[in-house]
Amino acid sequence: MFSTIVWRTHRLLLSNVERPRRFAAIVALSPDIPLNPYSFVSKILEIENLTVSFDGFKALNNLTFSMEPGELRTIIGPNGAGKTTFLDIITGKVQPTEGTVKFKGKSLAKKSEHAIAQLGIGRKFQTPRVYLNLTPRENLELSCNRTKNVIGSLFRKQSSGERRTIAGLLETIGLVAKADIQAGLLSHGEKQWLEIGMLVAQSPDLLLVDEPVAGLTDEETFQTAELLNSLAQSHSIIVIEHDMEFVREIARQVTVLHQGSVLCEGDMDSVQSDPRVIEVYLGQSEDEAA
Amino acid sequence: MTATSRPARNIWKNRRTIEAIAIVAIALFVAFAMPLLLSEFRLKLLGRFLSFAIVALGIDLIWGYTGMLSLGHGIFFALGGYALAMHANLQLPEGQMPEFFTLYGVDALPAFWKPFVSFPFTAIAIFTIPAIVAGFLGYLIFRNRIRGVYFSILTQAALIVFFNFFNGQQELINGTNGLKTDTEMMFGVLMSSPEAQMVFFRVSVLLLVVGYVLCRWLTSGRFGRLLVAIRDDESRVRFSGYDPTGFKVLVFAISGALAGIGGALYTAQSGIITPSAMEVATSIEMVIWVAVGGRATLVGAIVGTLIVSYARTFLSEEFPAVWLFFQGALFLLVVTSLPDGLVGLWRDTVWPWVQARLGLTPQVAFPGMTDPGVELEKQEIESNK
Repeated sequence: MFSTIVWRTHRLLLSNVERPRRFAAIVALSPDIPLNPYSFVSKILEIENLTVSFDGFKALNNLTFSMEPGELRTIIGPNGAGKTTFLDIITGKVQPTEGTVKFKGKSLAKKSEHAIAQLGIGRKFQTPRVYLNLTPRENLELSCNRTKNVIGSLFRKQSSGERRTIAGLLETIGLVAKADIQAGLLSHGEKQWLEIGMLVAQSPDLLLVDEPVAGLTDEETFQTAELLNSLAQSHSIIVIEHDMEFVREIARQVTVLHQGSVLCEGDMDSVQSDPRVIEVYLGQSEDEAA
Repeated sequence: MTATSRPARNIWKNRRTIEAIAIVAIALFVAFAMPLLLSEFRLKLLGRFLSFAIVALGIDLIWGYTGMLSLGHGIFFALGGYALAMHANLQLPEGQMPEFFTLYGVDALPAFWKPFVSFPFTAIAIFTIPAIVAGFLGYLIFRNRIRGVYFSILTQAALIVFFNFFNGQQELINGTNGLKTDTEMMFGVLMSSPEAQMVFFRVSVLLLVVGYVLCRWLTSGRFGRLLVAIRDDESRVRFSGYDPTGFKVLVFAISGALAGIGGALYTAQSGIITPSAMEVATSIEMVIWVAVGGRATLVGAIVGTLIVSYARTFLSEEFPAVWLFFQGALFLLVVTSLPDGLVGLWRDTVWPWVQARLGLTPQVAFPGMTDPGVELEKQEIESNK
């Protein structure tokens, strides 16, 4: 009974009126990130002449791409354009056949996934990938933990700062009441948000977000757009998305991938009116515009 | 928030205390009351099963928690057993060698035997050598990101290599015949004497408790949660910035060390260690103990070992021919209808049923994420009324 009241009050505090404040909170919570901390490096991500071939099939073909710190970039493109391979390259899951990838001026060649993650690149997967047998709180703890070696995991105690960050994040993603049940029992939308929370807990400089609104309701989609917009204030973000409505909601700069190369780049309006893009999408963009 | 979390923490603390008291009580009961209740033969049997339970804890750590099914734990079991047996075989007057060497015409003690004269060295070697072998094997496997069934196959292949090596080396370790310990002395006492056996029994109880506490510590904190995370989604763990290789190597090494300790205690209480401890079926049986008891529950590993081992003894005494059929059937039954083992059955089915009968069922409901759109519509409907 008491907890129900606590919950109600809590929901009341987090009602619609308060939502902008809620998202401001998530930005304030991601620790240790001053705005634009790499101002001495002009680009946060620089990719040059990148080619990836799987047995002769070129998933990415001579791709060149760069991004300023603090930018929110949306990448669109038809199926098979190489969007997910693009993220696989940046996160070290796939090694490039040719070309270079530089993050904050450092080459990522031959670095493994965990080393790249520790450099400050976080990734959210298309289908939510949270640890189903752990609770949301434990999920966040694993991402938030700063010492990721064996010894630290065995002996280091959780700091009170970390505990506060996690409590705050749980509130922001609306999982306070479910913080200590198995994550496998959460709904699809809750898992998506938990994974975004895990990403923020990791406090990366560059967030790679793969189709964050797949399978979400309109309301959840709207909330996610707001969340990403507020995260963009202190992080560089790459979003891959199919949902044009959502892209229009968040997009400032859009890059269109086609057959493994950059087809064109620009703001949403100029990209949508580009005849090449319309051709690639086979009239799909006209439907969207209608 | 603080108001709700404080009592929860107290309960947790109490639970810990209750668990610690329960462990100590059970251990004292087994160590001091069982010798009065059981015949010498039955007590020896229980001691052997307890040393099996130490092995099962290790298998549960690597399989139940970390999701890697090792079919090669016989290696580590035998390494621990051989280490102790070599020490026992070396307790001879100055200048003498274990008898079997003369049969094969070996006139100088092989160099790797020499350090086992010392008891402290042997005591450390019993868990260190299996841990090093497991760590090395694990490093090669995990660094190359070999997982799942390929890991199982590799561990089984390693097991067969070790089995054939130990079987073939008459001049080094007496080959197929193995090493006997029951006629040997330790600290000037005959190892098969009731006094020595009582010591081994109590040491088994003690080390099982130590093993349990170690595994409990490993699996309850952040480290344990990471093991579960590795089991459920290893590549996600990498993208969170952890390198799973180190964690897996450490867990496999600890698991090997526990098997080595179990092997040494088993050898001391059965009187002999032979390469047959490394037969494929033996290592699979070790996995069955954990499967029957319940994966990812430490109590399950111990309970499963005791139940399967006692069932085996009972059936082989009463109906000598049926044990293997029964073992196969048991494995099929557990895999098909009891995926969480006996502890899982108790936790998910029996205990809730008992609670329901006694009217103790706790009803817990969690509020869903409220959909502001729906809330808004509700308000509008209300205001239109």
